[in-house]
Amino acid sequence: MTNRLSPFLIAMMALGFVFLYAPIVSVVVYSFNASRLVTVWAGFSLRWYGALFENEAIGRAALVSLEVALIAATGALVLGTLVAYALARFRRFTGRTLFAAMATAPLVMPDVIAGLSLLLLFVALEQATGWPQGRGILTIAIAHITLGIAFVAVVVEARLSSFDRSLEEAALDLGATPAKVFFVITLPLIAPALAAGWLLALTLSLDDLVIASFTAGPASTTLPMVVYSSVRLGVSPQINALATLILIAVTVLVASASRLLRAKNT
Amino acid sequence: MSLRRVGVVAMPYAWLLAFFLVPFLIVLKISLAHQATGIPPYTPLFGDGGIRVTGENYALIAGDALYVKAFLGAIRYAAIATAVALVIGYPLAYGIVRAPQRRRGLLLMLVILPFWTSFLIRVYAWIGLLKENGIVNHALMSLGLIGAPLPLLNNDFSVILGLVYGYLPFMVLPLYAQLEKLDPALLEAASDLGARPYAAFRQVTLPLSLPGIAAGVLLVFIPSVGEFVIPDLLGGPNTLMIGKILWDEFFTNRDWPVASALAVAMLILLALPMGLVRRQLRGTAP
Repeated sequence: MTNRLSPFLIAMMALGFVFLYAPIVSVVVYSFNASRLVTVWAGFSLRWYGALFENEAIGRAALVSLEVALIAATGALVLGTLVAYALARFRRFTGRTLFAAMATAPLVMPDVIAGLSLLLLFVALEQATGWPQGRGILTIAIAHITLGIAFVAVVVEARLSSFDRSLEEAALDLGATPAKVFFVITLPLIAPALAAGWLLALTLSLDDLVIASFTAGPASTTLPMVVYSSVRLGVSPQINALATLILIAVTVLVASASRLLRAKNT
Repeated sequence: MSLRRVGVVAMPYAWLLAFFLVPFLIVLKISLAHQATGIPPYTPLFGDGGIRVTGENYALIAGDALYVKAFLGAIRYAAIATAVALVIGYPLAYGIVRAPQRRRGLLLMLVILPFWTSFLIRVYAWIGLLKENGIVNHALMSLGLIGAPLPLLNNDFSVILGLVYGYLPFMVLPLYAQLEKLDPALLEAASDLGARPYAAFRQVTLPLSLPGIAAGVLLVFIPSVGEFVIPDLLGGPNTLMIGKILWDEFFTNRDWPVASALAVAMLILLALPMGLVRRQLRGTAP
């Protein structure tokens, strides 16, 4: 199915992409605006970037977010891969239906429900056992791992179901133990999916406002929480500058990851 | 169950039970408790030699017009946004599938890229565009198309626009996966048999893409119903959505039992569509 894109289709696509990118472009452009006002272009300036780098609250929050995201993505990668392996390779086991449901539901679970329920768990646990003592990076990370498992599992399961299983069977026939087959055959074959899943879990964690707000403690404000409280007060040029930096980082990351994956796949 | 299987399944199973299922049971429990002053701000269910369960939180939700309106409002906003996302997303997915092979990867990445960038910042960006002295009004007025600024922000329009914008990639991706699997020979056959492009689309492409449509609709509708950020930042005083009401009950009113009852009610409402998601995703997986 190539060519013959009708003018109607091209126009619809153009509109779709304009819709997707207009707000992003506006944020980037106005981050370089010398004026504080959105509608007035007062010349090119980097002053908001300067102000951003001097903003200690944002710097601290960025570090908290990064720490949470690295723990969450790595935890979600390990557990999510196990989930995907179990769902793709074990057709039947006791409690499989519940397992599959629990692993998929967070994909679409409204954030407010996930955040509230985890907070209530942490409060009840602390009352009953004394752990976790207060809330902070650890509790946010646990919440984000639970969310990330679902996304890692979907990505990895798709890959596990699609590649040629005879490779695994051949290794087993030749006497390799199942564990060795997994590490020598399966793991390298699903590596691109693992990378994609890890990145996805990392991004979700860095991006989450609602679940983090519920599960955070007083000393663990994440970057989205700082952005949210300043955005509530209106449009802020510093936030435009921060958004632009995030956009550049994400674009570079996604572009290089997809190049890496394409190189590996062909 | 072999030992190997137990080894693989046990850890993630225990994790999901502890941090996904048990929390809901606790929500259910607290939704049946009374509000109390103290830490935590609810009464214990067990104690004083008996079980003290109350349905008053649910009675409150069902009896108070505010909560009922918030539920209905969330469903209405989500339904409209899902329909609009389908109308915008379908041509986008269809166009990408039909684009030359070498362009497809780039076009698909252009759809995914906004999804990887901060949701919060993408929603925030619309404030600068839509507000009374914002970019859109400014542009329309300098072009002489309107005399006075249009009310674009903090109303139904901006909430639906935000929902469509935030969740559009979730519509396009399953549609793309489904349409990509479509065998071009089917369309050639239809054309050879005399079908005009529109008839071929309506009788071949559209029916065959239904599973993708279903997956996209679920992935946009469900999170939209529970959305908090969009009604909070783009909505106005009249925007009643259940996700925002739950947030306010919890953070502003500190009424944990009512917030829990709202969460349970929302889960019951979304249970059926959420149950369908896994099946639909499996069907459209590339």
